Amino acid sequence: MIPLQPPRRLIDVQIDDETVRVPEGATILDACRAAGKDVPTLCHGDTLTPKNACRVCVVEVEGARTLAPACSRKAEAGMKVGTGSERARHSRKVVLELLGSSVDLSTTPRAAEWTAEYGADPARFGADAATVEQPAKVDNDLYVRDYSKCILCYKCVDACGEQWQNTFAIGVAGRGFDGTISTEFDAPLTDSACVYCGNCVEVCPTGALSFKTEFDMRAEGTWDESRQSETTTVCSYCGVGCNLTLHVQDNKIVKVTSPHDNPVTKGNLCVKGRFGYGYV
Amino acid sequence: MSYDRLTRPLVRENGALREATWAEALDRAAEGFRRNVAEHGPDCFAMLSCARSTNEMNYVGQKFTRVVIGTNNVDSCNRTCHAPSVAGLSAVFGSGGGTSSYQEVEDTDVIVMWGSAARNAHPIFFQHVLKGIRNGARMFAVDPRRTGTAQWADLWLGLNVGTDIPLAHAVAREIIHAGLHNEAFIERATVGFAAFKECVEPWTLTAAEQVTGVPAAAIRELAHAYARADRAQLCWTLGITEHHNATDNVRALINLALLTGHVGRYGSGLSPLRGQNNVQGGGDMGAIPNRLPGFQDILDPDLRARFESAWGAPIQPRYGLNLTQMLEGMAEGEVTTCYIVGENPVQSEADSLACAKRLAMLDHLVVQDIFLTRTAQMADVVLPASAAWCEAEGTFTNSERRVQRVRKALEPPGEARDDIWILCELARRLGHDWAYDGAEEVWDELRSLSPQHRGMSYRRLTELQGIQWPCPSEDALEPPYLHGRLWESDPERRGAPAPFAVLEHSPPVDLLDEEYPLRLTTGRRLDSYNTGVQSSGFASPLRRGETVELCPEDAQRLGVAAGEDVRITSRRGSVVAPVFIDPALRPGLVFMTFHFPDDVDVNSLTIEATCPIAGTAEFKAAAVRVEKLVKAG
Ligand code: SF4
Ligand code: SF4
Ligand code: FES
Repeated sequence: MIPLQPPRRLIDVQIDDETVRVPEGATILDACRAAGKDVPTLCHGDTLTPKNACRVCVVEVEGARTLAPACSRKAEAGMKVGTGSERARHSRKVVLELLGSSVDLSTTPRAAEWTAEYGADPARFGADAATVEQPAKVDNDLYVRDYSKCILCYKCVDACGEQWQNTFAIGVAGRGFDGTISTEFDAPLTDSACVYCGNCVEVCPTGALSFKTEFDMRAEGTWDESRQSETTTVCSYCGVGCNLTLHVQDNKIVKVTSPHDNPVTKGNLCVKGRFGYGYV
Repeated sequence: MSYDRLTRPLVRENGALREATWAEALDRAAEGFRRNVAEHGPDCFAMLSCARSTNEMNYVGQKFTRVVIGTNNVDSCNRTCHAPSVAGLSAVFGSGGGTSSYQEVEDTDVIVMWGSAARNAHPIFFQHVLKGIRNGARMFAVDPRRTGTAQWADLWLGLNVGTDIPLAHAVAREIIHAGLHNEAFIERATVGFAAFKECVEPWTLTAAEQVTGVPAAAIRELAHAYARADRAQLCWTLGITEHHNATDNVRALINLALLTGHVGRYGSGLSPLRGQNNVQGGGDMGAIPNRLPGFQDILDPDLRARFESAWGAPIQPRYGLNLTQMLEGMAEGEVTTCYIVGENPVQSEADSLACAKRLAMLDHLVVQDIFLTRTAQMADVVLPASAAWCEAEGTFTNSERRVQRVRKALEPPGEARDDIWILCELARRLGHDWAYDGAEEVWDELRSLSPQHRGMSYRRLTELQGIQWPCPSEDALEPPYLHGRLWESDPERRGAPAPFAVLEHSPPVDLLDEEYPLRLTTGRRLDSYNTGVQSSGFASPLRRGETVELCPEDAQRLGVAAGEDVRITSRRGSVVAPVFIDPALRPGLVFMTFHFPDDVDVNSLTIEATCPIAGTAEFKAAAVRVEKLVKAG
């Protein structure tokens, strides 16, 4: 028999100088957010098991020798966490510099803001540090892969693989510095197992994976988030009742996301829900 | 083929449709209804309400039919898919909804997917199934095809099309003979066990193996796993319901749940997965001929009285016609006028040519849709509607009975209007002044009349991201599963016992013979949808058009290769389509979809044999032959 989860207890954690109460099993990041602290994150996804790949979220835990990744370390009762210590801030600065120099972060939400906040200078490694630069892969009408923007956080691989979609169309190819996200044999998506659910696009934190509509509009210079509205509604196809957030610009749907905390969808959709709205 | 949105009302003049103003189109539509009702009485009117529109639209639509016209002839495409689930479940439990929530599939021990290609047809539901499997549940797939769903199963039971009842009976017999049935539950919460036991007795594993084609050991394993599980979910889709004896099929599955007590508890239940976004809601709102809103029986005089006083109009004390009967009524000249909202029966009905012929016999046909579908092309008046899910406010109800808010994100194109506005304008022209100030007001009227929905204010639906019915109170929530009452020890609270059904095996109507030796079954592909009207709006890299799927052995025997055009012929029609080789099929089994009716009219092959209880047609089992096309010359 598969046991049901027992109800969770609440524990007290000290974040900077404030005590917050979170359910047992919550991460330090959850506790920080409960305390209203803004800890930067890149590779953390709220619907995925943390991979702690980027280390931009590190915080100081009293009594610990090393800095702790807030996104994956569990909060413990009585834990004392410092979110803005000199050491943590310096570490985040270096992470942002290393990432910013090798990867195009121009479409990563808040990257510019954090770079400024932490005084990071990605340019200091010179132009040839842009190691992942490459042309965008446009091989179908639904979504585009622009790996110049990829920070190798593996969220897309987890979403396509065992955590959600279970299609395993993409994985990590190569090792170490040669690691990249790829289809089998680096084939075009149209020759891969991909079923175009777009769940990888949903979790990608940098815009390396994006709707073709968004990609084209950015190229034309017409993508303007300030003119977009977001409305959550229910999909018009099968009867499962998936929740869709429609991003609308000039009375046109320009992209579709899905609320991550929804009990039906949990941030995921299928090809019809994600891309099948052309008929309206 | 992709369709353009309708942006202006159309009326028929000298045989052709021309653009008109709203005032003219509405006057023409209303006048036609008035004329027909005056001449033939209210039962000459039939409404097909839209399972893709909101609950609010469906509520107003059935009210229009009952109050403005004065008949109960209202139905929806529910009839073509899950009416048997509703009929079966309500006959046993008094309520037609699936009994479980999606979350329970993640928290259960055994999942049986029976006649359901959920991996492709209900992908997000299947993610819950996958979570369940990853949490340790065993999954069984019962399907004639080794589908994407079956590939995730611990065991695939590849049965012959139309042998679900023998298989279910054999599972039941095995459970009884192994002493694995839940005697206490049967004793307390059910009736009819003795007769049921007798009716399954002939279905030994060996007998069932011969008829179903499933090895005895596999049947035994399913029986033992399902019966021994602490919690088990039984889920089905159209593989069960699109048969001439579909309600019996559903009852056969429910029998298994009653036998083992796998219903009415967290993690144990019955889930029919709905094919259209609001089929559940359409029925719940009363857009069916035998139920008032809230799934309340029209024959109950007290209930009728409540609605009559709320609506200020009498309600006919008898059931109206269902979709199948409406079509028969058209053929007999008894139904002379029809109001179709967002349905495309010309392409979605079995034996499509016959359906078109019947609609052509109407005196007056009004179609309200977002596209000029084949059905709309036949109309006297076409009313351009807004797309319910993104151009209107309201609610939908999903397969787990969760009512969720639908919101307006876009302005409808041109002069297209909200469904409710159109219905109210027609009602006004026929003497009923309904001034609804938006969808929420409609919903609040429904809540005042349907105890199941009473506690679901828009505010609460928004805060809780949807609420499952029943929800009678504004400050409490019911458990996510239905029929927990069956487990009460106090007989008073336990209520009416759930009856076992005594069922006979009845093979598909369209028999195989030498002339038609292959079994055609139909279904859905991942990226396309029904008659393709909606899904043709996006360029799917997965789409390959209509094909006829054959197993490698049959293709070889027929001497045909992948991509080659072949002729597929049934006793009713004949079409040409290219071959696709699919090793997931077994010899003798052929698969097609309805997604591209403009290219290949697959429904001209299917048979209109319908379930006498629910009216659903046997889309899943036509007899066909496949022939190599002989090149001319
Ligand atoms: S679209 Fe879906 S199937 Fe395709 S790579 Fe992304 S997650 Fe995988
Ligand atoms: S493509 Fe996006 S989600 Fe995938 S590894 Fe790169 S940055 Fe992460
Ligand atoms: S966000 Fe925590 S390690 Fe990347």
